[in-house]
Amino acid sequence: MSALLAAAIVVTLGLYSLAMMLAVVRLLRGPQAQDRVLALDFLYINGMLIMLVLGIRFSSGMYFVVALLIALFGFVGSAALAKFLLRGELIE
Amino acid sequence: MNFALPSWIEGIVALLLVAGGLLALTGAIGLLRYGDFFRRMHPPALATTLSALCVTLASSIHFSVLEQQLALHPLLINALLAITAPVTTVLLARAALARGRDMSADVPPPLAANEPPPQRR
Repeated sequence: MSALLAAAIVVTLGLYSLAMMLAVVRLLRGPQAQDRVLALDFLYINGMLIMLVLGIRFSSGMYFVVALLIALFGFVGSAALAKFLLRGELIE
Repeated sequence: MNFALPSWIEGIVALLLVAGGLLALTGAIGLLRYGDFFRRMHPPALATTLSALCVTLASSIHFSVLEQQLALHPLLINALLAITAPVTTVLLARAALARGRDMSADVPPPLAANEPPPQRR
């Protein structure tokens, strides 16, 4: 791995971390519940992309599986929370 | 197996990664700074579409060159996001709309006057 790619990976991880910090600010501040759910949705997408970047960093295929799982379970969680906000109950 | 990548491939991968990070940061700034929930719904889509495309493309190129065979599996994440992200967004928007109407906030009314109100118990 050349110095260019290593530096680019560090910069990218820093940018994603900064984006996650801003989303956490929105998560803590968000005036209504739906703002917090939206910030949580954004957070798991960023975590998934960080996993992909780490997969490039360590040249390992395992991180891809982790990213796929985060995407799946994050969707289930966000959809459940949104349904809960819509109806007030989950299982009918 | 463990040979060095050509430098121009590494340049492309590095460029795509940094572009993806910048796009996600743009989405986060939009999420933080817009004043209204319905405006705030838009910027995170930048992370789920373009930023994810950049990173998965970089991953695909990297593993294709590294293992000397076409590696398209990172693009599977894009397909997954293309299915799931709109579902979440629509559900959240409907929830926000119903909650806003319940609290008689300034949200759009139902389209037709005789349309039944959204089911909410």
